[in-house]
Amino acid sequence: MRGPHDVGGLPEGPVETEAHPLTFWEKQIDGLRAAVGAKGLVNTHENRAAVEALGHDAYNTLHYYERWTATLCRQMIEKGVLTQDEIDARVAAVRRRLADTGELETEGGAP
Amino acid sequence: MTRFSAGERVLVRDDYPPGHVRTPVYLRGKTGEVLRFFGEFDNAEVVSSGLKGPRKGVYKVRFRAVDLWDDYNGPARDAVEADIYEHWLEKIA
Amino acid sequence: MSGDHDHDHDHHGHDHDHDHPHAPPQPDDKVHSYYQILGVALKELLIEKGVVEAAEVRRQIERRDSITPANGSKVVAKAWTDPAFRARLFADGNSAVAELGFEMTTTKLVAVENTPSEHNVVVCTLCSCYPRDLLGLPPSWYKSRAYRARIVREPRAVLAEFGTRVPDDVAVRVHDSTADMRFLVVPMRPEGTQGLREDELAALVTRDSMVGVAVARAPER
Repeated sequence: MRGPHDVGGLPEGPVETEAHPLTFWEKQIDGLRAAVGAKGLVNTHENRAAVEALGHDAYNTLHYYERWTATLCRQMIEKGVLTQDEIDARVAAVRRRLADTGELETEGGAP
Repeated sequence: MTRFSAGERVLVRDDYPPGHVRTPVYLRGKTGEVLRFFGEFDNAEVVSSGLKGPRKGVYKVRFRAVDLWDDYNGPARDAVEADIYEHWLEKIA
Repeated sequence: MSGDHDHDHDHHGHDHDHDHPHAPPQPDDKVHSYYQILGVALKELLIEKGVVEAAEVRRQIERRDSITPANGSKVVAKAWTDPAFRARLFADGNSAVAELGFEMTTTKLVAVENTPSEHNVVVCTLCSCYPRDLLGLPPSWYKSRAYRARIVREPRAVLAEFGTRVPDDVAVRVHDSTADMRFLVVPMRPEGTQGLREDELAALVTRDSMVGVAVARAPER
């Protein structure tokens, strides 16, 4: 019964001690999450619980801000703010638009 | 009201409830020493579900590394300190 | 609001980044994964529905950019030079840093002091708790699985990977940020800094020294 996030004491390799700066996209997600939080829609504890609820596979596969994006998506659906259908449609539209403008580097699929 | 005082030995509950818990698994069932009381805070286990509930006291507890890890080979004074909600702590009789 | 309109907002974001003195060297504007596309989609939808405003998202990013480890360096340098401030910092971190204009919004700042017999280092094994209001966003290694997993189990080996060797007669204290407290390590003041001004001292206080994976820099001679 150890959650995917509860890693204290587990065996791991060396620490990559050189910090890398946030990408433009990561900053956008950070700002979006902060803005949604400032509206009182979700609290920090709910955010953490939602990240843990992604499960081991998603938690260990996704990067930090990908996990935040995934949980924001789930939370907005669960709170009735957005629907899965409109999110799917917008994802398809954004993908087309980024492909057109050359900003889409690789076609990643959802796990 | 504080349930524990500085210097007191405490045991962390060795329980595994489902849901959002802020007591790391590596500290459950371990013995430590209360260093200080930080005050009462929202209980993450309740607030994380969007619910409200009574606030809980939080204590800073020191765990000797040699008490956490059987194979710890550093100095005996090395320690981990964590902030534990009061309902996860039990007095050692 | 149309989708095109939102795309304009993204370009404002780019412009802002270029103008900002603390912007990272080269933002990665390429989109790689499904989740990155999802992030763009969520932002557009939430703005269109009026859940958040584009300006609010920008303000939040600007706020993040405006908080840097230099804020913490000022706090440490003042603690080194002003014994009364040092006492206030250890008694009540939030109000002490507020004296310097730094606001802790939702968490309690707890300063911990390195001494000749104790070395402190901070982690959040469960997620990424960090004194963001004072030091800004945590460095990538702080959020990494390797750091979170190992610093509580083999702190001396991890510190050595950061180039920090702690003698055996100095106890290592690892602070796991499991609740609403956020820890600021006050590193030891380096030797040979008696004549330095507060701003010169602050320049010696690195981010890593305030997390405790390093010590403060030695002054240049």
